[in-house]
Amino acid sequence: MKTKSTGSAGSAEKSSLLRTGAEIVVQSLIDEGVDTMFGYPGGVVLPLFDRLYDAPIRFIIPRHEQGGCHMADGYARASGKVGVIAVTSGPGACNLVTGLATAMMDSIPIVAITGQVRTELIGNDAFQEADTTGITRPVTKYNCIVKDVRDLARTIKEAFYIASTGRPGPVVIDLPIDVQVAKCSVDGPIEMKLPGYRPKTKGHSRQVSMAAEAINKSERPVLYVGGGVIIANACDELRALAQKAHIPVTMTLLGLGSYDQTKPESLDMLGMHGSAYANYAVQECDLLIAVGARFDDRVTGKVKAFAPNAKIIHIDIDPASIAKNIRADIPVVGDAKYILAELVKEVEYRERKEWFAKIAQWKQKYPLAYDRKSTNIKPQYVVEQICELTGGDAIITTGVGQNQMWTTQFYKFRRPRQLISSGGLGTMGYGLPAAIGAQIAKPDATVVDIDGDHSFNMTMTELRTAVQYELPIKVCILNNGYMGMVRQWQQLFYNGRYSKSYLANPEYAKVAEALGAVGITVEKKADVDKAIKKMLAEKKPCVVDFKVEREENVWPMVAAGKSLNEMDGLDLLESMA
Amino acid sequence: MKHIISALVENKPGVLANVAGMFAARAFNIDSLAVGRTEDPDLSRMTIVVVGDDRVLEQVRKQLAKLIPVVKVQDFAGQAVVARDLMLITIAAPPEKRAEMLALIETFKGKVVDIGQKSIMVELSGPEEKIESFIEMCRPYGIKNVARTGTIAMPRQEKSAGATEGAGAE
Repeated sequence: MKTKSTGSAGSAEKSSLLRTGAEIVVQSLIDEGVDTMFGYPGGVVLPLFDRLYDAPIRFIIPRHEQGGCHMADGYARASGKVGVIAVTSGPGACNLVTGLATAMMDSIPIVAITGQVRTELIGNDAFQEADTTGITRPVTKYNCIVKDVRDLARTIKEAFYIASTGRPGPVVIDLPIDVQVAKCSVDGPIEMKLPGYRPKTKGHSRQVSMAAEAINKSERPVLYVGGGVIIANACDELRALAQKAHIPVTMTLLGLGSYDQTKPESLDMLGMHGSAYANYAVQECDLLIAVGARFDDRVTGKVKAFAPNAKIIHIDIDPASIAKNIRADIPVVGDAKYILAELVKEVEYRERKEWFAKIAQWKQKYPLAYDRKSTNIKPQYVVEQICELTGGDAIITTGVGQNQMWTTQFYKFRRPRQLISSGGLGTMGYGLPAAIGAQIAKPDATVVDIDGDHSFNMTMTELRTAVQYELPIKVCILNNGYMGMVRQWQQLFYNGRYSKSYLANPEYAKVAEALGAVGITVEKKADVDKAIKKMLAEKKPCVVDFKVEREENVWPMVAAGKSLNEMDGLDLLESMA
Repeated sequence: MKHIISALVENKPGVLANVAGMFAARAFNIDSLAVGRTEDPDLSRMTIVVVGDDRVLEQVRKQLAKLIPVVKVQDFAGQAVVARDLMLITIAAPPEKRAEMLALIETFKGKVVDIGQKSIMVELSGPEEKIESFIEMCRPYGIKNVARTGTIAMPRQEKSAGATEGAGAE
């Protein structure tokens, strides 16, 4: 074993240097291009955090590991990079579970390093011990525990590869403290050993041709686009396809922004609270082209009655998603970027005059609307004004429930990675930490969390994190004093018995001030615009508490068990058209 | 309907838990699961008998293939296979019944692997129907204990002499 003097180390000498597990982790992160990470220290990660003390990696400490995980998630969605978080064993790791499940459901790349008790104590109910790999297995794309320091560098490389390729997802590496301290030599290039993981990229050319042929023949096609198109960075190819062949585009919650909603081909969002024109188009189309979407139950409504007249093309990188919920007449497995590019070459323009005329009729008859004449502050109005005053250009995060649905309906997204919202898991409390992560990823962007009062309450402690790191995020609370979506369902289906769907809220503006942010309260409609402008001009994090209409409902709505064309609230929308 | 799936998986700790956990989470109905090492020390083979229709089988196959430590998945539906289950069974055997029991065991080509004052232990291997038939035949005597490995299977070999390997467009 050679001892080296500090100072310039030639590469030939470097290779025989012994490194500790903690040093290997930090070096591996740097090699993977990590310049920002999140985390919270603890007993069994002291060696790792000692190495992080002066590492060239920007480190953000949240107030709670769940907040940190959502921050890493928001960072990943905004930047397209892998979000990284390091926490301690036991409670630290357990606090990640909701954040990991959130990322898993939405296919977001995260690498989480969790400390673990010494290898010889594992399984002994040691202090702060938890079976992290057992607990996180169902909510991760992959996880493992590293018991030998010689496996560490390879494991980290594999983790980043698995997290960021194919259908992305969160990966957990459990790292016992003695492995962080153990030493080994790290030399030469690191080879991954993943015989069971070979993500497919190019689609089968015959399938692509069949799809192109079906598109060219169709009279009433619809492009149904999900988050996969954004993950694949395939929005240019999508636009080319929609415009070359002349096909209308509807998007899922996670797909919003993949196609410019201000363009005429956009049908906006479909599904349970999607627009009527999107839902009717899907139900009456003769060809449904699904790209990077998984026919989630929020989208399909009653499965047996979904798109009854349509042939279905399903383009997806995950073969398990194809034919899982809905039949696929022409499945194409592969990366959307390649497949859409190939399709664009083979499709032809068709005017489809009647189809677009029908769609225009639906758009005119059932626009997304609300009572503009009301003197109360309508939450939809607040969202519209935020859209207007940010030029439709801000990065928007949301809570879950009504606030989230109104954001999808009244903020018109034009670019990918603009809307950052918990879709699959629907995690209340996601909005604020995700906004923090997004702001860190995009320091020059305007980032606004459009949140619900109960959603915000779940993770509002992270406002202090925004203050500490001087992140000028904006939070707009659509404060109706209820768990809005729960209350809506209780109103519609449980005879108005509002069981446990409200908490006594604090004055959020005062909470914001106490945490070091700017707080504004808005109680009159006339003050809405002024408040938003003031908020946007603030250099510090700013929370605006809008006291909105208390019992406003999201329309249209496809109730449980109904098909997409059996929407409620259409008469209301028609009357406000 | 029962289907046999054979999966080649990495021989690493946690892989069995990974597969079992996935089956539980997706509510797939497993009839049996047998796993053991192969000639390659880094790989194990899992043989899983799944209960369900073709749609379920397709999802089982795909979800299994999706797991990182799963290297290859073979679905034996519609194929000719050799399928075997191994059982150890302890049957009550009073002295006056022993002779007829031994005749029964011989008929099934089982092996007596242990004998006691009041019972005998039999080892029997074969296709599932043979195992189940033997269990039924033993019931009147009184079954003390049963342990089975679950099914393992391998595809049968090509039989016709004129068949050329790799012929055909696919």
